[in-house]
Amino acid sequence: LTLRSQCLKDSKASFPGAMALSLTMLRGAMRHTNRALAQARRSFATGNDFGVYTGNKKVPFVSDMEFVQPNTLPTYPAYRIMDDFGNIVDGAKDPEIGKEECLKIYETMIRLFHMDTVFYEAQRHGRISFYMQNHGEEACTIGSAAALQPQDMIYGQYREAGALMYRGFSLQQFADQCFSNNGDPARGRQMPVHYGSAELNFQTISSPLTTQVPQAAGAAYAYKLAEEDRIVCVYFGDGAASEGDFHAGMNFAATLKAPCLFFCRNNGYAISTPVTDQYAGDGILPRGVAYGMPSIRIDGNDLLAVHEATTEARRMALEEQTPVLIEAMTYRVGHHSTSDDSTRYRGTDEIQDWSKNRNPVTRFRHYLERKGWWDEAQEEAIQAKERADVLTALTTAEQKEKPSVDDLFQDVYDTPTPNLERQWSELQEHIAKYPEHYNSAH
Amino acid sequence: MDTDETAILFGEDVGFGGVFRCSQDLQDQFGPHRVFNTPLSENGIAGFAVGYAATGGTAIAEIQFADYIFPAMDQIVNEMAKFRYRSGNQWNCGGVTIRAPCGAVGHGGHYHSQSPEAYLAHTPGIVVVMPSGPKDAKGLLLSSIRSPDPVVFLEPKALYRSSVEPVPDEDYELPLGVANVLHQGSDITLIGWGGQLRLLEKARLLAQKEGIHCELIDLRTILPWDVDTVTESVIKTGKCIVSHEAPLTCGFGAELVSTIQNECFYSLEAPVMRVCGMDTPFPLVHEKYYIPNELKILDAIRDVMEKAK
Repeated sequence: LTLRSQCLKDSKASFPGAMALSLTMLRGAMRHTNRALAQARRSFATGNDFGVYTGNKKVPFVSDMEFVQPNTLPTYPAYRIMDDFGNIVDGAKDPEIGKEECLKIYETMIRLFHMDTVFYEAQRHGRISFYMQNHGEEACTIGSAAALQPQDMIYGQYREAGALMYRGFSLQQFADQCFSNNGDPARGRQMPVHYGSAELNFQTISSPLTTQVPQAAGAAYAYKLAEEDRIVCVYFGDGAASEGDFHAGMNFAATLKAPCLFFCRNNGYAISTPVTDQYAGDGILPRGVAYGMPSIRIDGNDLLAVHEATTEARRMALEEQTPVLIEAMTYRVGHHSTSDDSTRYRGTDEIQDWSKNRNPVTRFRHYLERKGWWDEAQEEAIQAKERADVLTALTTAEQKEKPSVDDLFQDVYDTPTPNLERQWSELQEHIAKYPEHYNSAH
Repeated sequence: MDTDETAILFGEDVGFGGVFRCSQDLQDQFGPHRVFNTPLSENGIAGFAVGYAATGGTAIAEIQFADYIFPAMDQIVNEMAKFRYRSGNQWNCGGVTIRAPCGAVGHGGHYHSQSPEAYLAHTPGIVVVMPSGPKDAKGLLLSSIRSPDPVVFLEPKALYRSSVEPVPDEDYELPLGVANVLHQGSDITLIGWGGQLRLLEKARLLAQKEGIHCELIDLRTILPWDVDTVTESVIKTGKCIVSHEAPLTCGFGAELVSTIQNECFYSLEAPVMRVCGMDTPFPLVHEKYYIPNELKILDAIRDVMEKAK
């Protein structure tokens, strides 16, 4: 119609020029019409402005070519309830977890702090071979464990002793594992901090990173099929989230709708590798969104936020039978392990700042004090008590016997295979020949 | 699937029946919650299986081709194999069975023909099984699935179509860790597994025509392997050939030969020989030259008999 009126207008102009112009426009118009007709034919099959693809997925079409520029997208915000001083922030609601529960959480934090301090020193003095601290991440692991149910299966990476401790693993049990003594149910087979407890639904830690993530998806699927009131919570760090197993585990849980809570402790470092070398995107959170699961970023040093987010995530996972991702922003105050000196790759100012000004434990303590549930006298008492208890567990563990060498051949299989029986008997003959060398004296 | 309500079967393309039709009609029969597709990730499939089995369930995982098992090796070697041991038997993943088609098929080339049993055998804590025909496959697979230990079950893909024999309808199991003496013979012991048994049998018949009586052993289980049956046979015959499709160097045959020379040295009348695939990637157009076929095996038999004289 536009073209027709244009042609009529043109015909009123000088004749040959107008004709030429009109013809050009007519040709152009016909090309345009042909294109439109062709497009209409295609669109008719799929829709006018959308296409339908495998899985009945409707994808809208646009004619503006626009690349998504990730660095122009806003950073996903982190949910918090308390400020750095333990005050409830404007707009947030005190979740009212309750005095008894809060005190249990706080005591666990203090106990964990002292265990970490003493056991680290024990390694420096050659009494245990290796140790990893949890300083700075107490709220992440204890807060989330407190929000889970005892029957929920926990898969950890190696910095979740807080969760295990909250569930009831005793200082003696921690010490026995670190000293690889007779009290360790794993018979001294693994390095310190590779804890596990069937009784407390805490899967044994293994050193390879992120292998626990697809396993967690599989376990969650089992609970789904059995329709149990039970989820899986799997912990991993910012570095571990770069492994292929992370992608696999998240994707499997999402496509199979497994009730698995993926809890990322984004503590800023993977040994010496800062997150700026670990990923270019906006951390771990967008990956959950990309895999199609409800996801949230939280202030991992805010005990109340960790607790609340985990409570809600659990509810969602169970009721909606979906995986959920929580990315807890935190900071690794301690070195990676006793084999690391982190002052070689980060400033002591940075460590001090987090340790003094953004400490999850002191923050929670201020909250407790404000509630009238805690005071200076209690603080002094608990610091002394927990330290004393840790030292007792340490010295007791050091005195205990090591496991028998016969344990070397058990549990490789359900029943030792003939080759193992044979090697065991050869070893026994060998030991009998050199008793002084093999006597397991402390 | 019938006898164990926790049993699930999963992997790439398992839902519609599988690229080799191994799961045909099973989704209809047992439902999509128990027979299903996973995303395309072998490490995911293996890890998922471990986690499912850690809750006490039976996880039957399929890796589409054994050539693609390598992304799963971390889960197999570092997790599956050590799961019970590292936890002090608080946890185990014995409910895992990983099935993977393996071996030459005539046109598979580098990535549809591999036999990775040597990589797997070097892993204390897992069981590795390879059947040589349908009847064995059924009995060994049921044993593998029901085994209290995690099993990798390698299925020679050439045998899916070509191997035909009566298979009992009923539920039966064949013991793991036990070799099968297919034919008794006094002159020389031939040992193989999987698809190689067909070629060893051809060679055995050709040798028989020349008056050589071969004892033929199907190892059936690669790990743990049946040392007693093998050594008993070689002590009797005094001569031995081990034959496998996988490349010669550091192939699983090396493990057998090493133990045989150690256990049977004073009974040996000739060096123990291996007839294996060559130390190249599995070729496509030259497959027929690569394969340790009945002619190569027959030549080796004659060679050993000659040396023994």
